[in-house]
Amino acid sequence: MKKTIHAAAASSQAFQVADLRPTERLFDDPEGRDRLEKAVSRYPEKRAALLPMLGYAQERNGWVSADNMDEIAEALDLTPAYVRSVATFYTMYNKHPVGRHLIQVCTCISCHLLEAEAVFERFLSETGTRAGEISADGRYTVIEAECLGACGFATAVQVNDRYFENVTPEDVPAILNELD
Amino acid sequence: MGYPYSHDLETNTLLSRHFGDVEARSLDGWKKLGGYASLPKALEMDPAQIVELVKESGLRGRGGAGFPTGVKWSFMPKEPNGPHYLCCNADESEPGAFKDREILRWVPHLLIEGCLIAARAIRAEHVYIYVRGEFFPFSAILRDAVVEAYEAGYVGADILGSGWSCDVTVHLGAGAYIAGEETGLMSSLMGGRAEPWIKPPFPAQSGAFGRPTTVNNVETLAAVPMIVSEGAAWYRQWGTEKSPGTKLWCCSGHLARPGTYELPLGMPLKDVIYEVCGGTPDGKAIKAVIPGGSSTPMLKADELDCETTYEGMAAAGSALGTASPIVMNEDTRIVPAMRRIAQFYAHESCGQCVQCREGTSWTAKILQRIEEGGGTPEDIDTLYHLCEQMTGRTICPLADSVVFPLRSSLDKFRDEYEALIKR
Repeated sequence: MKKTIHAAAASSQAFQVADLRPTERLFDDPEGRDRLEKAVSRYPEKRAALLPMLGYAQERNGWVSADNMDEIAEALDLTPAYVRSVATFYTMYNKHPVGRHLIQVCTCISCHLLEAEAVFERFLSETGTRAGEISADGRYTVIEAECLGACGFATAVQVNDRYFENVTPEDVPAILNELD
Repeated sequence: MGYPYSHDLETNTLLSRHFGDVEARSLDGWKKLGGYASLPKALEMDPAQIVELVKESGLRGRGGAGFPTGVKWSFMPKEPNGPHYLCCNADESEPGAFKDREILRWVPHLLIEGCLIAARAIRAEHVYIYVRGEFFPFSAILRDAVVEAYEAGYVGADILGSGWSCDVTVHLGAGAYIAGEETGLMSSLMGGRAEPWIKPPFPAQSGAFGRPTTVNNVETLAAVPMIVSEGAAWYRQWGTEKSPGTKLWCCSGHLARPGTYELPLGMPLKDVIYEVCGGTPDGKAIKAVIPGGSSTPMLKADELDCETTYEGMAAAGSALGTASPIVMNEDTRIVPAMRRIAQFYAHESCGQCVQCREGTSWTAKILQRIEEGGGTPEDIDTLYHLCEQMTGRTICPLADSVVFPLRSSLDKFRDEYEALIKR
């Protein structure tokens, strides 16, 4: 079990992280039950723990599988259909597995003005993938992102839970080298 | 101090004084800098006194709408018959805006203190700080600060022995711009899709979990502790009569020194762009500026001599918004830039209202068609027609947000549209 967390921190754990474990059940072990209990304790209604638990599934497994959604539905007294309707609304929950490093290149207006598309293309060519694919070695998935909130530091790139700022196409090989 | 550049407006730095100072993140470091001095003072005040003080200060909502904060707080029931909630809106996702993240990551305890004082003023028992999911590095700093504050007795039961209790929870979103709209935020907080709802009921009547709720922006709440400790008159030293105080500016696009700057309200927009940010990096002329984040009308280079207040920007035909100018130099092609903005709103529409769901995506498709040389002369009329259909007809202002830049780009840069269509 990982370090026990404070209940106030139960809804704000980074859920886009590098250590990808095989898809496993969420609430069969003490860690999962602890996270569920703590998240639920922060809200007057159980349903409000849904986003924190979808995040937990992704933190644990790298993506949110249909099985995990069913498990969450049961734990929070929701229907599986309702959980799917919420999970699919939010772009950050990966409904399919992704590479160990999810590379999101912001191409929204401020980054667009500073040639973010060229950065995006360079990431695709360096990783040998098309947008959204997992690279052959399982390391990378590259996608375009809407505004990442780092507009003054274009082009902004998010790799899992890290930000890279002022990225130019020439910086791309060095960034990829830095990722394990 | 701005970020990442320091500048010489030392006396204007209220919120950003400690940006860049890692010490300020920890509770001990923050207390050494004078932090948590306002909270004991607020604990001795009546909620009504705090509301009155913030009303006097003239503080206005920094999330874009500029609604007077004290007035908003005064809408909350005075005699609670159940829990009240405060939601701090840290879902910063307006293209062009990147100010709240600097508060989250450099002065998290300032925000926590502001949240607690506001919670006291509106009699809230729980503060939910809704941070956009992408902000992992910044929400982690805030989350750790909240835990530290719990352990030191600043948050939780019987705060500083006052008998008053208040919880704080940092809650992560997961990539939905519309969660930054206040009712969308509460829908999301309650475990739903971030779909806005029609007001009334207003949040102060029935908000999060069906209870009276106030939603305030990060920057608004961060200004509260200093108003409590220094007073309303002190805060009014900066800015103008109707728009007092300082504002965090987020300057992006073709600028020599893009970044976050704290400036007193009322400075001419052209000074923000040419003096503070150094104009364009290569001396190229400016073609257009979207002054308040991507959802505000474009201004041409000769329209920048306007006062950066809520009223001044409205008089200039635009809006202060989140004070996030996106600067476009003379080489910028307006149609692709506008297309990219429209694609953002098409992607982020929650889909409840037809005018928005269809309007934003057709706007993006038509702009793409024009950009690629397949436009027809009628397309300009169609775009104007879409502007009509998308204005003021939807639950929330997301559709209006694409109309503001779109209509202004058609009015002011029609020649660029026509040139692509004739080609």
